[in-house]
Amino acid sequence: MKHRTFFWFILPTLSAMILFIALPIVSVAIQSLFVENEQVLVVSENCGPFGCTSTTKVDAEATAQLQEEQPLGQFNGLGTYLNRSHLAFAEVGEAWRGTDTLGEFWGQVSNLPFYRALFFTLTYTAVVTPVVIVLGLAIAVGVNNLPRLLKGPSIFISLLPFLVTPLVGALILFWMVDGDGVIGATIQSVFDDPTLSLKASTALTWTMLIVYGVWHTLPFSFITFYAGLQTVPEDTMEAAKIDGASKWQRMIHVVVPHLAPLMSFVTLMLLMDNFRVFEPIVSFKAEAHATSLSWIIYNDLRESGNPLYGSAGATSMLTIIGVVILLTPVLIRTWRDFNRKAH
Amino acid sequence: MLSKRLAAASLVSGLMCSSAFAADCGPEGQSIRILASDFPAIRAVVDQARANCAESAAEFSVNHTTEARQMMNAALTPNPAEYSSVILANSTLTQLMNDGLVRPLNDLVEKYEDNIPEHLRITIDGDVMAVAFMANSQHLFSRQDILQQAGVDSIPATYEEVLAAAEKIRSAGVMEHPLVMNLQTGWSLAEAFNTIYLGHDGEFFESGSAEPSVSSEEGIATLQTMKALVEYAHPDHLTHASNETQGLWESGQAALGIMWGSRGAPILEEEGSAEAVASNTVLSAAPTVGGGSTPSATLWWDGISIAANVPDEDAEATFAALVSALTPEMVAENNDDAVWMIDGFEPGPAAAGVTATMQGGARPYPMIPQMALLHAALGSELTDFLKGNESAEKALADVENAYRTSAREAGFIN
Repeated sequence: MKHRTFFWFILPTLSAMILFIALPIVSVAIQSLFVENEQVLVVSENCGPFGCTSTTKVDAEATAQLQEEQPLGQFNGLGTYLNRSHLAFAEVGEAWRGTDTLGEFWGQVSNLPFYRALFFTLTYTAVVTPVVIVLGLAIAVGVNNLPRLLKGPSIFISLLPFLVTPLVGALILFWMVDGDGVIGATIQSVFDDPTLSLKASTALTWTMLIVYGVWHTLPFSFITFYAGLQTVPEDTMEAAKIDGASKWQRMIHVVVPHLAPLMSFVTLMLLMDNFRVFEPIVSFKAEAHATSLSWIIYNDLRESGNPLYGSAGATSMLTIIGVVILLTPVLIRTWRDFNRKAH
Repeated sequence: MLSKRLAAASLVSGLMCSSAFAADCGPEGQSIRILASDFPAIRAVVDQARANCAESAAEFSVNHTTEARQMMNAALTPNPAEYSSVILANSTLTQLMNDGLVRPLNDLVEKYEDNIPEHLRITIDGDVMAVAFMANSQHLFSRQDILQQAGVDSIPATYEEVLAAAEKIRSAGVMEHPLVMNLQTGWSLAEAFNTIYLGHDGEFFESGSAEPSVSSEEGIATLQTMKALVEYAHPDHLTHASNETQGLWESGQAALGIMWGSRGAPILEEEGSAEAVASNTVLSAAPTVGGGSTPSATLWWDGISIAANVPDEDAEATFAALVSALTPEMVAENNDDAVWMIDGFEPGPAAAGVTATMQGGARPYPMIPQMALLHAALGSELTDFLKGNESAEKALADVENAYRTSAREAGFIN
């Protein structure tokens, strides 16, 4: 294709991407470098139905004037990135110097909000992604080998978790694992422990979130692999059969290599999605035991009424960097494959 | 049933007509746009204002949403603002005042003073910034029958008595987890800390500054009280907010509860509660703690504020309409929906807890500009202590560090 033609083809998409993706990221990056102007506090007398107290208030006029002089706030450089809520270099350094064993060091670091969230986010991504790929492939192969009559219904059923809105799906599961819910009560009676609670233990909460994650994203990998299976060349399969390859060998040496590009694609999508895990934490009310990077952003914007844009911006940029690091190996692989095919 | 409803409806419309004649709705043909939380008492006030003054206004619109707190600042920032009034509470008034988004009401209060007695005026440095109409606070709920069954003769008045009663209930084999409290990680957990901290007469900030002072003796005592309490609370307590605790209470799974006064009326209604729950539930003052005399609660008011960025005529019409609803007639019709601070309120059993807590001298939720940041820090950093992962000292140090980080970003400390 001529470069000129290509340019006109890509122009609408490109401009939409610049407008709705690139520019907002630039704006978030800029905001993350600033903190709010100083709030001018004055002592005030506060009276109401419960009596009078002496307290402070923000001097709105003085603060508004500061705001006019510096509409973006005070420049803070990378200060927000390095503070206790984010990379916390000072606190991590102190923990490193002040502790003797790696376990103690980790104990102190995991007490910092960013690292606690990062640890869960990475664990979630590292477990859910491979499990979903392997199970998805297994289900796809299974469904592909079903008699024609059963295929339609089983595809439909396998897709169901994907059709449920994440927030709703997580809420339903949350109620089911409650001590009074069907799963929670069953587990209690199986282990004969009436106080056993999935929501009260960190390990069980993590398990619950991961199981939910697998359940919810499985249909995506299943349907992609199922589509891929329809394109496996009959000739190669037959040749392998004639050469005496067993079912398992055909699977490993013919089907899987054929699906390799699809696997890169599924891995890419899953890594991105899992790294942004968010809804289940809110629906499962799991904040006591598990937080994720996206949850921190949400919390910064919501919890204190006046949003902390700088913090949210910094966590967003760190999340983007995290996604890029995670995706690099997959992208390099794809790029190599592409080049090999092109030449 | 139908005839009853018709009768009620005609009574209501009769009242509406009569008050529509009486109400002073201020300038005509203005636009009244209200943002409010979503609970029955606020609906009662706004509906009455609509009945009184919608006819004389060019526009009367209301947005009842549980997300009011999250959207109010953004909605009031443009000029003209999206809403001419926000129905708000202690903490949310601070949130709007921090950005200078609500106007002083002195001249309006003077003009429409009939329904606004002195004690309802929220006055800051001589400026009336809001007009309160109802009160709310946390307090103790007790199941009299279960307490008697366990050999507890009187309703607990202190947290020490609450703990002793809980132990008796447990050792009598009546209930393993007799206590419910709103301890969901985040806002509820922090609010539970605040109540007991105020019961210990703690101070959140060093006087006149934004430096935190929760890492104190009172703070440690508060956490120890909380730790002792959660021993008797449902294992899932870190996921429990008002809806969950009310549910546990109504299904008869708890005997002692620290819940919001606004949950009193629904719990005391037979409907929704298990047998014997409604009739045996007693509402009493929030417990005191550690030998102190202050009930461990934060007092809240809900009230009317008017946006700064709207034309004066809109502001006046909105204020007049809302104030016209604060009448003894409106209260009489909705008596049990809230603890009204308006004349004509007759405290029923559902109001007993809040009234006793107020009379006991509980302190109001602090109206301090940076309080929301400390509240958020408490909500996220206290969990580790309650889970048993760290000491009280460490948890409070974490709270102060987390608060300092966000307060620096918000410009409150350098």
